[in-house]
Amino acid sequence: MPGITREEVAHLARLSRLELKAEELDHFAEQLNAIVDAVARVSEIAADDVPPTSHPLPLTNVMRPDVVRPSLSPADALAGAPAAEEQRFRVPQILGED
Amino acid sequence: MTDLIRYTAAETAAAVASGDVSAVEVAQAHLDRIDAVDTKVHAFLHVDTEGALSAARAVDEKRARGEELGPLAGVPLALKDVFTTRGVPTTAGSKILEGWVPPYDATVTSRLKAAGVVILGKTNMDEFAMGSSTENSAFGPTGNPWDLTRIPGGSGGGSAAALAAYEAPLAIGTDTGGSIRQPGAVTGTVGVKPTYGTVSRYGLIAFSSSLDQGGPCARTVLDAALLHEAIAGHDPLDSTSIDTPVLPLVAAARQKDIRGMRIGVVKEFGGEGYQAGVMQRFHESVALLRSLGAEIVEVSCPSFTYALPAYYLIAPSEASSNLARFDGLRYGLRTGDDGTRSAEDVTALTREAGFGPEVKRRIILGTYALSSGYYDAYYGSAQKVRTLITQDFARAFADVDVLVSPTTPTTAFPIGERADDPMAMYLADLCTIPSNLAGNSAMSVPCGLAPEDGLPVGLQIIAPALADDRLYRVGGAVEAALNDKWGHPLLEEAPVL
Repeated sequence: MPGITREEVAHLARLSRLELKAEELDHFAEQLNAIVDAVARVSEIAADDVPPTSHPLPLTNVMRPDVVRPSLSPADALAGAPAAEEQRFRVPQILGED
Repeated sequence: MTDLIRYTAAETAAAVASGDVSAVEVAQAHLDRIDAVDTKVHAFLHVDTEGALSAARAVDEKRARGEELGPLAGVPLALKDVFTTRGVPTTAGSKILEGWVPPYDATVTSRLKAAGVVILGKTNMDEFAMGSSTENSAFGPTGNPWDLTRIPGGSGGGSAAALAAYEAPLAIGTDTGGSIRQPGAVTGTVGVKPTYGTVSRYGLIAFSSSLDQGGPCARTVLDAALLHEAIAGHDPLDSTSIDTPVLPLVAAARQKDIRGMRIGVVKEFGGEGYQAGVMQRFHESVALLRSLGAEIVEVSCPSFTYALPAYYLIAPSEASSNLARFDGLRYGLRTGDDGTRSAEDVTALTREAGFGPEVKRRIILGTYALSSGYYDAYYGSAQKVRTLITQDFARAFADVDVLVSPTTPTTAFPIGERADDPMAMYLADLCTIPSNLAGNSAMSVPCGLAPEDGLPVGLQIIAPALADDRLYRVGGAVEAALNDKWGHPLLEEAPVL
């Protein structure tokens, strides 16, 4: 299995919305390479005929009746917001300027 | 007055119920103890003095009115800072949540409150429960009360240290790969990972949702059982909660008779990387189990050697998705919002500033394991290993009632020793991870001190899913026999703080 390169780490950091510093990239690339090397062993016993397990419980969709129940007040829901306005979360611009 | 901080939870509850002491006196004794020693131990991130005293007063008033008190009413508890507490700061050990005050209680929190348990405060932990030493906390490490220069285990090091330092008789932890059992082992306390789905995850800040499980930490097996019964049970707010009656755990803890039980020794746990003194105490424990009337058989679980690599693919994969919610938009830290940057840039700057190195490593690793082209080789293969491990357990439990192993390969290591060596750190969870992947239950119970360093060793007892009562039956018997042999509980040998 090929190792993980510094460029890949930079790409993954972008996908993960992590603005890593250059020295972090160097350091993580080295450490992640060692980790990926070690965990790649899983493929040794993961034969084609072994079914995957994603979860320890055999639960399917858990439904409940769709009825109105008590919930957080707007004040409670917004209490931890970095910025709020008119009972809404105030966020930085999400679209380019037009 | 006798030293209230040394009471077990069962003794405290009895003393409060009989009126020998008030719940307020008990709470105050523990708050004084925290005042006296926590600058050294740093088990707590937040002490809720007012909340604790007011909960204690409510118990005393209830008693004064002649109302019946529950089996843990008036007993103080240290809550891992990964469970939300309405009106009380909750950080999960992360800068990204520093100062956040949740608007709701986790189900575990509300069940504790309903039981009259007195929550003293929130305990230190590895950031988002990622770690085995509590060194990954953004708020500084916790010391192991046996030797303050050593780690108390992790991620729930604060909860375990609070018990061992007599700051609380009960604590709550969460166990994703061993975060209750490993701290229990290295601090000489009891820790239990319940069957997945039996303790609600509602309000538990998610790390790896298919593995995370809250559970009890205590100084005695009986106290752990009392706490376990108080927090377990179906919760409609958690869609992965199992709708099944809570097992009679307290009765099992009191049974102290294991005659006729079949106990399996997993032969894959041992050998290279295991400390000699740990193996010595483990072999003595197996001999003790035999002398108590259990039948010992060796079992083989060949896939267990792949559990660690599978875990370090599955847990980071789930974490990379779960931690996407920390975007700096709705709650928690927001950095770099100067009016010119886009939401996306602000999110990236916030996460860079708010997450510590281990969290970043795991997010990147998880994103890698899930990315197209690598998914089958990594995450897909890890899921298959998970199946093989579950099958190994099923085969073993067809033959034996419980399995035993050392809880950890070594005793507590010095703070700093593995801090920047992730692979070395990950090895601390070698024996605990298989039960998280399969979802069954397991306990760590103290079984002595390693001769070479005088530090606690834990015996891990592993039971099938929904057979958690077997843990308490075996753990209670081991604890009683060892206390008889030593003449006192192991923790009495810890240095005075």
